[in-house]
Amino acid sequence: MSEPVLSLKDLETRYGQIYALRGINMDVQEGEIVALLGANGAGKSTTLKTISSLINASSGSVIFNGQDITYMQPHAIVEMGVIHVPEGRMIFKELTVKENLELGSFTLNDNEIRKKRMKRVFELFPILEERQQQMGGLLSGGEQQMLAMGRALMTEPKLLLLDEPSMGLAPIIVNNIMDIIKHINRDQGTTILLVEQNAKAALKFAHRAYVLETGEIVMEGSGEEMSKDESIVKAYLGE
Amino acid sequence: MAIHEILIQQLFNGLLIGSFYGLVAIGYSMVYGIIKLLNFAHGDIYMLGAFSGLVFLSIATPAIGAGWGSLILGMLISMLLVGLVGVFIQRVAYRPMLKAPRLSILITALAVSMILYNTVMLLSSGRFLPFRTEISTESFFLGPLRLTETRVVLIVAAFALMFIMHMFITKTMYGKAMRAISLDRDTCQLMGIDVYKIIALTFFVGSALAAAAGIMAGVYYGTIHFYMGFLIGLKAFTAAVIGGIGIIPGAMLGGLLLGLLESFGTQIPFIGTVWKDVFSFAFLILFLIFKPNGLLGRSESERM
Repeated sequence: MSEPVLSLKDLETRYGQIYALRGINMDVQEGEIVALLGANGAGKSTTLKTISSLINASSGSVIFNGQDITYMQPHAIVEMGVIHVPEGRMIFKELTVKENLELGSFTLNDNEIRKKRMKRVFELFPILEERQQQMGGLLSGGEQQMLAMGRALMTEPKLLLLDEPSMGLAPIIVNNIMDIIKHINRDQGTTILLVEQNAKAALKFAHRAYVLETGEIVMEGSGEEMSKDESIVKAYLGE
Repeated sequence: MAIHEILIQQLFNGLLIGSFYGLVAIGYSMVYGIIKLLNFAHGDIYMLGAFSGLVFLSIATPAIGAGWGSLILGMLISMLLVGLVGVFIQRVAYRPMLKAPRLSILITALAVSMILYNTVMLLSSGRFLPFRTEISTESFFLGPLRLTETRVVLIVAAFALMFIMHMFITKTMYGKAMRAISLDRDTCQLMGIDVYKIIALTFFVGSALAAAAGIMAGVYYGTIHFYMGFLIGLKAFTAAVIGGIGIIPGAMLGGLLLGLLESFGTQIPFIGTVWKDVFSFAFLILFLIFKPNGLLGRSESERM
């Protein structure tokens, strides 16, 4: 196997005295969709936050494209092409859809490129073009998720970290969002690390998956294998 | 004077004073929006602007002659310099306190305020200094309105600055980033925004505008002194609250409204100019009781 795009080495993160991650090891190869599964409080979101430096690791390292980014500033990590779409979407509710997208490309200085990228995002999410002058907070949950993803795509990420994109959405919209994630991965070659509670949906298209339990990786394997193994699904994914 | 003449005159006066309040309130409001700090030292930044303006005016006048040229030059240099002072204060006094409890940074701001006005008091021996511009103070009439060249230029300049500020906030990426940070700082980091850089920029812009207002007030009133920032700091706070603290157009609106309230308020029988400040702060209290989120503010529970 070639050098992974992202690898986590003995990564530990804690909140005060409480360990959220107890030394996890994980690799993501270029062009893969890797799912990170587990119950509430297993440390999935913490993993993503540690990668994007919203939280500092207490030990271990995060390697992106061969470079140690563990203690870099969050904005510097964005500049390297690692984009984190946080849980709960976190769009700017009191800015317009268009302003939200523009801020996604804050690191870009060229207005022409910004416009081109916005056009591409609008092709992917036509609803955002219709609503571009509306305040972000007026969008429905599914539209907000599209906005959050569109905003992330404004940077043309090399690695996309998606935290619970299906949270709180109706099943039909979940399918729609999952299709778009597949599409981003296939057509733009974007590597994706996906955190999901909806394990069934994620395992359908993830190339590989890791299962986290109380801050430790308890299982890894290909998406197909895992989704077939009823005991795994029952034991760790709470289905 | 007929009643309508008085009203028009007071309208102009109110807008002029109100635009000073507005310019100071912008910085107050922006800083609150971005780091949730009531920057008590902001009025002293205005005072510092006035003194710095006087210094540069007296350097520029012998070099390029008295008049608008030297005043504008002095003003631009002072805005730049005081803007940098604002950034410096932010860096050494506030930034180390950003993760401390909110009260710590508030007390720090009080300390910064004391340091600023006591320093200027020592340097100016606590005297009132004349702010001479040698610009014509001859008045002329525009319809019923009595004007001087100075007042016309001041009001145009103040509104121009507010307009530029508005364009900056709504049209540029940095302006959008400022608004975004006041909404959600963590998410801004995920957009690749260097939050500390934007906070520094906010202090620069806010301080430069306050300095401009300080110089304009110097030109308008003709004298400056080390304690002039105290009252306007409170007025700017009032203006920011009236407009909705944290919201930049609100600060401008609040400033203008407060100016108008004061100038018309003093025309009410039995309420003379001596009651002007009582009038303003009574309004502040009313707003805090009945509309604490201000005119343009949204309802939100966490306020300070």
